[in-house]
Amino acid sequence: MREKELEKLKDYKYGFSTDIENFKAPKGLNEDVIKFISNIKKEPKWLLDWRLKAYNRVKVLKEPNWQKPKYPKIDYQDLYYYSAPKSFKEKPKSLDELDPKLIETYNKLGIPLNEQKRLNGIAVDAVFDSVSVATTFKDTLTEKGIIFCSISEAIQKHPDLVKKYLGSVIPITDHYFATLNSAVFTDGSFVYIPPGVRCPMELSTYFRINASDTGQFERTLIIADKGSYVSYLEGCTAPMRDENQLHAANVELIALDDAEIKYSTVQNWYPGDKDGKGGIYNFVTKRGLCKGKNSKISWTQVETGSAITWKYPSCILQGDNSVGEFYSIAITNNHQKADTGTKMIHLGKNTKSKIISKGISAGFSDMTYRGLVDISPKSSNSSNYTQCDSLLMGNKCGAHTIPYIKNKNSNSNIAHEATTSKISDEQLHYCQQRGLNSEEAVSLIVNGFCKEVLQQLPMEFAVEAQKLVGISLEGSVG
Amino acid sequence: MENFKTDFAKMLKNNNLSEKEIAFKNFNAKEFSSHGFPNRKDEDWKFSDINQIIKKEIGELNFYTEQLKKGEIDKDILLNEIEHNKLIFINGQLVQIDFNYEDKGKVEFLDNQNNIDEQLADNSLINLNNALSNKSYKLLVKKNYQIKKPLIIYHTTKSELTSQNINLKINFELEENSSLKLIDLVKDKGNKNFINIFYNFSLEKNSILKNYKIDQFENDNIRYMFNNIKQSSNSVSETFYLSKGSTFSKNEIFCDLKGEHSSAFVNGIFSLNKSKHHEIKAKINHLVENTKSYQLVKSVLENKSRSAYQGKIYVDSKAQKTDGYQLSKAILVDETTEFNAKPELEIYADDVKCSHGSASGSLDENSIFYLMSRGLSYKEARELLINGFLVEVINQITDEPIKKLIKNLYGLKNEY
Repeated sequence: MREKELEKLKDYKYGFSTDIENFKAPKGLNEDVIKFISNIKKEPKWLLDWRLKAYNRVKVLKEPNWQKPKYPKIDYQDLYYYSAPKSFKEKPKSLDELDPKLIETYNKLGIPLNEQKRLNGIAVDAVFDSVSVATTFKDTLTEKGIIFCSISEAIQKHPDLVKKYLGSVIPITDHYFATLNSAVFTDGSFVYIPPGVRCPMELSTYFRINASDTGQFERTLIIADKGSYVSYLEGCTAPMRDENQLHAANVELIALDDAEIKYSTVQNWYPGDKDGKGGIYNFVTKRGLCKGKNSKISWTQVETGSAITWKYPSCILQGDNSVGEFYSIAITNNHQKADTGTKMIHLGKNTKSKIISKGISAGFSDMTYRGLVDISPKSSNSSNYTQCDSLLMGNKCGAHTIPYIKNKNSNSNIAHEATTSKISDEQLHYCQQRGLNSEEAVSLIVNGFCKEVLQQLPMEFAVEAQKLVGISLEGSVG
Repeated sequence: MENFKTDFAKMLKNNNLSEKEIAFKNFNAKEFSSHGFPNRKDEDWKFSDINQIIKKEIGELNFYTEQLKKGEIDKDILLNEIEHNKLIFINGQLVQIDFNYEDKGKVEFLDNQNNIDEQLADNSLINLNNALSNKSYKLLVKKNYQIKKPLIIYHTTKSELTSQNINLKINFELEENSSLKLIDLVKDKGNKNFINIFYNFSLEKNSILKNYKIDQFENDNIRYMFNNIKQSSNSVSETFYLSKGSTFSKNEIFCDLKGEHSSAFVNGIFSLNKSKHHEIKAKINHLVENTKSYQLVKSVLENKSRSAYQGKIYVDSKAQKTDGYQLSKAILVDETTEFNAKPELEIYADDVKCSHGSASGSLDENSIFYLMSRGLSYKEARELLINGFLVEVINQITDEPIKKLIKNLYGLKNEY
């Protein structure tokens, strides 16, 4: 029985595509396409102007080239920047009106959109290609004054909040992919937690790329007002396709005084086949601003998918006593490449940050941890602790660590540790002696290696992540 | 750059060079004039923008002056504490060769070497050196010969010398089973010069190189030194930096461990004050199985000074059983200082043991309190802690007399 299950899991189980009629913007990147996106979403003029300003910058910017994984040139004119299920021309008013095929897709993914079916209370916002299809548990959240909806809806209903915070952490003057996102972003989630409210359930977004030749550019904006708390989860999958697809999302978090945001990601985009054909380019910009005093932002990520992952969830610790945390597991197998890490920018006094990064590479893959810890002269009594460990399986893969450490304040401490090793034969032998086969043994040891990070994940995610860790490494030993 | 071009033309005219050499120099001059001095846009120079520093500290630089005066050797530059062989350079010109302590024919110093060698990847300062260094020296230690006394290379300038670029290039060859103890001693009287030194080391089987670089004495020159080390099997290299005196200094080490069981040790001290800015960049390439490297760099920073450490351990997919270790620590004594580090690992083999660590912070107040409660003054307590912190690095030196010498020079009592 177990064997059978494993067999099924060996392939990317989210690799199916949904046959659904799509409504797309014309191919290519130009002013008309941006106007088209803005128009179809009935956006106010200021947002269109903002998009066009970003687009004008994209025209003169160059793609960054300092990263380790190189990729073939992307033809930005050969992509669709907007794709939505045809039945969405008029947004359905309730779940009953939703195309049954879509509901089926999400059921297949294990994300029931039907509230009654859910046992555990997690509110979900599901994004399919370029649009948000459904948000669950709205009523419960509204009672508390929490706003959780798609960003398009937020632009219509809460323009003041969006206008105030959009681009305040990732401005349109940022790097190439972030700016491109500002110009053409289609949908994403918006969360606002009012002062003093502790969000009663986990909020979750599920991203799905379905159409081919489509870039997904979503934008997530989370604002935790004074004294509030929210835990947010993000999951992603895509169908198996031969060509590479681009995913360039922007995520902005803002924590005001005494607020806390916990952001967890399980990223499982299609990684390409065994020979490195196809897969998602995951070029994501995630940045959190601890704006207020005593605020806290914590990033947790499990990165197992994508052909190329290239992201650095960062914290800007502006408020005094603010805390930034980063927990990461990144696993690459076959021909996957990952260049990931974090930036901790200490600006306020008494700020603290912690980085725990675990990288595992197998097959022909390449993994890089790249991070920056910068303590500015005014940020006294601050401290950072960094630990990055890498595990290598085989001698065809690579594991690299590139930390940048800048200490400009004599009252602040930075400590950094890194190790690289392999799974020792003794450990394997010990487990096998006790009846585990070699793959189970590896999975067990790797899960132990990652424990510090897995512990940070919310319950439901931790179970899924643990399974993912095992599956991603299938076939890498023996 | 205009200055460089005219000076380079003058240099070509005044020296009698072979066609091959002229082509080599022309190529390097072209590379240098198209890149110029490195700036912070170059990843390797992110923490130390030498282009800005030269502009700010020196301004216009002379690249070539006909007949640089050598003058007499000032007696006060010589070290008397230790018996040694000498090579004395004044204003970049060789004035004395002295191998009196060694057997005849076992150590050779040649100065008519063909000045052409393999090109290292993009480094415009090496291009500058290749274009302008008028001679290439070579030191050869013969097979099975262990040098008896250390060799001190004196790098000195006369007080009249200013705004001058000096380029020096020496190749060292250690044949099988040989050994060399080498001290580079900086003793400058000149002001605001840019000194660019390039060493090539080739270590044959079982050879041992011990290289100690001492920049202890106050001077306001800008210094760049590149060590290129190639190691065959069972060879050992030990490099130690005392980085203290110059206004700006960057020491780069590029070490290929090409033979099995070869090992490389890099140790360094930064002890900086008065807006000084020093950097060590080390890249150790483990290319075959069973090689070892160890790096330890410590900084004590005061009064607007800055230090940077970039260390990289590269492990090739063939280099199983590599042991690589790297540690950098810094004490920031006051608020005006800055410490930057980039300890990198690039690993392609799985059966390796590689780790790095970096820590920086202020002096530990609790330790100061502890010492003061036992009767030391604040100043004494601070000094004791700082010296104790740095002496760990000096104690890594494997040659006892030289260890003693360096402790003396640095002003540490012997009981440390």
